[in-house]
Amino acid sequence: MSDSATLGQLPLPVEPDYLRFERTVWSWLTTTDHKRIAILFAVVITLFFFMGGAAITLVRLELVSPEGHLLTSDTYNKLFSFHGIVMVWFFLVPSIPNTLGIFLVPLMIGASDLAFPRLNLFSWYLTVAAGACTVYALIAGGVDTGWTFYTPFSTLFSNTHVFAAALGVFLVGFSTIATGVNIIATVHMLRCPGMAWFRLPLFVWAMYATSIVIVLATPVLAISLLLVMAERWLGLPIFDPARGGDPILFQHLFWFYSHPAVYIMVLPAMGVVSEIIPAFARRRIFGYTFMVYAILGISGIGFFVWGHHMFVSGMSAYTALIFSFLSFIIAVPSAIKVFNWTFSLYRGQIAFDAPMLYALGFVGLFTTGGLSGLFLAAIPVDVQVTDTYFVVAHFHYIMVGGSVSALFGGLHFWWPKVTGKMYPESWARFAAILMYFGFNLTFAPQFIAGYLGMPRRYHTYPPEFQIYNVMSSSGAAILAAAYLLPLGYLAWSLFFARTAPSNPWDATGLEWSTTSPPPHKNFSVQPRVVRPPYEYHPEGHSAEVGPPSYQREQELLQ
Amino acid sequence: MSEAAERLIREPWSDLGRQTEGATFGIWLFLASEMLFFGALILTYAVMRIDHPAAFAAAGRETNLVFGTLNTAILLTSSLTMAVASLAAKAEEDLRRLVIVCLALTAALGLAFMVVKGLEYREDIEKSLVPGPNFPLLQAPAQIFFALYWLMTGVHALHLSVGIVLVGRLALLGWRGRLEMRRSPEVEVTGLYWHLVDVVWVILYPIFYLPGRSG
Repeated sequence: MSDSATLGQLPLPVEPDYLRFERTVWSWLTTTDHKRIAILFAVVITLFFFMGGAAITLVRLELVSPEGHLLTSDTYNKLFSFHGIVMVWFFLVPSIPNTLGIFLVPLMIGASDLAFPRLNLFSWYLTVAAGACTVYALIAGGVDTGWTFYTPFSTLFSNTHVFAAALGVFLVGFSTIATGVNIIATVHMLRCPGMAWFRLPLFVWAMYATSIVIVLATPVLAISLLLVMAERWLGLPIFDPARGGDPILFQHLFWFYSHPAVYIMVLPAMGVVSEIIPAFARRRIFGYTFMVYAILGISGIGFFVWGHHMFVSGMSAYTALIFSFLSFIIAVPSAIKVFNWTFSLYRGQIAFDAPMLYALGFVGLFTTGGLSGLFLAAIPVDVQVTDTYFVVAHFHYIMVGGSVSALFGGLHFWWPKVTGKMYPESWARFAAILMYFGFNLTFAPQFIAGYLGMPRRYHTYPPEFQIYNVMSSSGAAILAAAYLLPLGYLAWSLFFARTAPSNPWDATGLEWSTTSPPPHKNFSVQPRVVRPPYEYHPEGHSAEVGPPSYQREQELLQ
Repeated sequence: MSEAAERLIREPWSDLGRQTEGATFGIWLFLASEMLFFGALILTYAVMRIDHPAAFAAAGRETNLVFGTLNTAILLTSSLTMAVASLAAKAEEDLRRLVIVCLALTAALGLAFMVVKGLEYREDIEKSLVPGPNFPLLQAPAQIFFALYWLMTGVHALHLSVGIVLVGRLALLGWRGRLEMRRSPEVEVTGLYWHLVDVVWVILYPIFYLPGRSG
């Protein structure tokens, strides 16, 4: 094994890092380096995030008053549709997989790149093209169907740019499929010597499971949108009840994708949190194998719960019962994960750095979102609160409170690795706390308003709901500040912050064994893995005892 | 490792065997995705047919059985030539010419399918078997049958066109000596895709050409 080295003995590369490897703009646009493509994705996704955010800012401003003076109902419909479409498909689905995911998976498994580097670049161009198509449609005239494109409204009645918007979503689906195929093949084929399946970091497991869901669910979304486009363009009668078609079939096809899509959005977040919590609690992750099974369980069961979106759409009582039961079941692996994160803190030496604050925020918000999900799995409660703000609050707790918190946590955690600079810690902690409180102020009142019967997607509302909407809108202002802050101080850190060491957090994991930022080929010597992940302390001891890092271990040896 | 094999290796792979395995695995994953793509369409067909069995039987009698059967024969033969090409590429001895000839035959058969399909589409349009006001059958759901017919055979034809371009490209590159055919992962990968397109047709044939014709 002359050409491989175990972790901790890895010589640090001396060649220029991936950011300085080549310097022209052209070299960025034609790169096949997974790290550079991750950055290209990050730029595009940030753009979409703030576009979707701007749309909902107007909506929240409008909802401050019950009569709605600011916007016409038509504009209102277009704005929340814009928000939903952009946020779901152009921000949340690719958010973690296409930034942290493609950046870190090869580094974490000791590979020099993803399995298909050119496919990776193609995926980015496809995202850009699809995004341009959808955003054009949304700006040129807008779409008023909501992000769900429900038939027959979307096929027979809507006079807006449904076709182009759906085409963009159709195309971006293939971009995510390409990334999914790439990640699965990479994890199977390119693990370095000694990186057995049960030595994979949980982030890699999460990305792997997410990719399986992406590959198997996204084509069904493509078909549901293809049928909508065909019906609008060619007048094919598949969803037209007057000609024997079935509009409910669209909902089945749509949710067959869109429920698993929730796990596409949240599994990577769980992976990020599973990396951050052990690093800042100086503890081995509690129940590693159960975490793996829980990830796989969620991705599998996630395919069989879509009917709970359709309890009021018309389905047999027995079908509803089975979907309800399965929706309760999927809470079990999610709960296992929450308990395991909590137990990982026990007897830990917890440091409340910004990534940890985000990660702990994730656990709290995800738990709230998950528990409210149990309410919705119960048919009688669901029938009561369907299409109310209760549902809106529930899925925002999972997808924004959960996934976006984890994205920001991961962004801070790996910022030194990605850019080679430390972020300003105090600002980051402030933003993390602000985000947590801003989020709760925005969405907790929506649970109450929804439970009391305020329907979603309405332009005006009865005045008794105003107090909840004012709270919600003020929370949204705080939240907006908390999202803009990192944009400012992270940009600042690129130029003025101190240089990051290879392993600023004393974390385990192969990505920390190379330089920050990593060189073009990630490692100068083929890494070799000799132990399981998260060895922050010896077996059977608390975090106080153990050699906290491989680096220190090596110093002791000398 | 031979020099020729070394030229086939791409980043990030270190040896050709692993690279071929990786490429094959990747295409299988893509095919799994494609299965769900066509699966969703077939599900739509199944739901609609269960809702409207009589209309689907009546509409099924309107498709052209001769063209459909001929195309099935053409496509199955093309799978044979594709399989020969991909086995020959893997053989120990130098069967480069056989690979190129079989690839060219495969692409030609694919083109033949498209020609027959085009003739059939023309006939369908002449009989105005297109959902809309001039549709000849009285039962409204028969239009759904033809909506799915156009959509599914159309999507299939699109896939086949991609396949023809890919196979044709390989044949051309091989013929001009621009691509090393032996042990090339591309032949195997393209072959797997080609076979999927065939398998999809094997399902489309009975669901569009055989309903209503058994009694």
